[in-house]
Amino acid sequence: MIKARIIVTLKTGVLDPQGKAIESALSNLGIEGVGQVRQGKVFDVTLEGDDAASAKTRLDAMCEQLLANTVIENYAVEIDHG
Amino acid sequence: MKTAVVLLPGLNRDRDMIAALTTITGKVPATVWQTETALPDVDLVVVPGGFSFGDYLRAGAIAARSPVMRAVAEAAAKGVPVLGVCNGFQILCEAGLLPGALMRNAALRFVCREVKLEVTNARTRFSTAYEQGQIIRCPVAHHDGNYFADEATLKALQDHDRIVFRYADGTNPNGAINDIAGIVNAAGNVLGMMPHPENLIEPDHGGTDGRGIFESALGVSQSVAA
Repeated sequence: MIKARIIVTLKTGVLDPQGKAIESALSNLGIEGVGQVRQGKVFDVTLEGDDAASAKTRLDAMCEQLLANTVIENYAVEIDHG
Repeated sequence: MKTAVVLLPGLNRDRDMIAALTTITGKVPATVWQTETALPDVDLVVVPGGFSFGDYLRAGAIAARSPVMRAVAEAAAKGVPVLGVCNGFQILCEAGLLPGALMRNAALRFVCREVKLEVTNARTRFSTAYEQGQIIRCPVAHHDGNYFADEATLKALQDHDRIVFRYADGTNPNGAINDIAGIVNAAGNVLGMMPHPENLIEPDHGGTDGRGIFESALGVSQSVAA
């Protein structure tokens, strides 16, 4: 079995109002020195089989077809996480 | 004329859409459940508003991968007019039938109010009942209506006159780029829009400004439909 972690983030230049709201909340907490916050998503996925190359192909396919909206989001795949 | 309404779990504007289509066509539209793989032979397919699959992952993302949306894509490819309203617009974008994406409203708030729309292209098959540049009233009710597309896509939309409606008079409720409220595909037979024209079609609604979209798409005149 292969474990993978997929991280989906907003592309540079895409407005992230949720990140902005978090920035302001952090400021309200008195935490100093916070620059920019960008919110993303994490997916932990287990896959059958042990072939990392095959897993990468399937993980990329799931990102392209569903997990990320590539109009606005980038994704990164980490295999064998943890 | 015959119409069909796509039904998905979590939609909540399907009944309003069915009522509007029934009023305008005189016939109850066919309904097509998410698991169905074919559409009936109709003159207009509508993907209504709501929160399909609870907006899980992204608004419209799960619905866009449902069997019925493959059937909608096939119908659209054959030239059947397809209208997506609100969540329907989000679903059509997620399904790749329209370009761009609908993101969280810039002010992070759900907006439920009336806006003004400028008819920026009155020559599409969804907008001939209006005058070019006409300002119409239309209600909106959404949390993810902030239209975004990259510069190349925006230029293509602009250059090919595919922006049908823009929020007018400073009423952009969601931060949508270039005030975009509704666009058509390259072939001109798929329209997606965030506002709800189905909620402004009878005098008892407080106005009939939304009728023109259905009348244009179905080729019925105001007098016949009234």
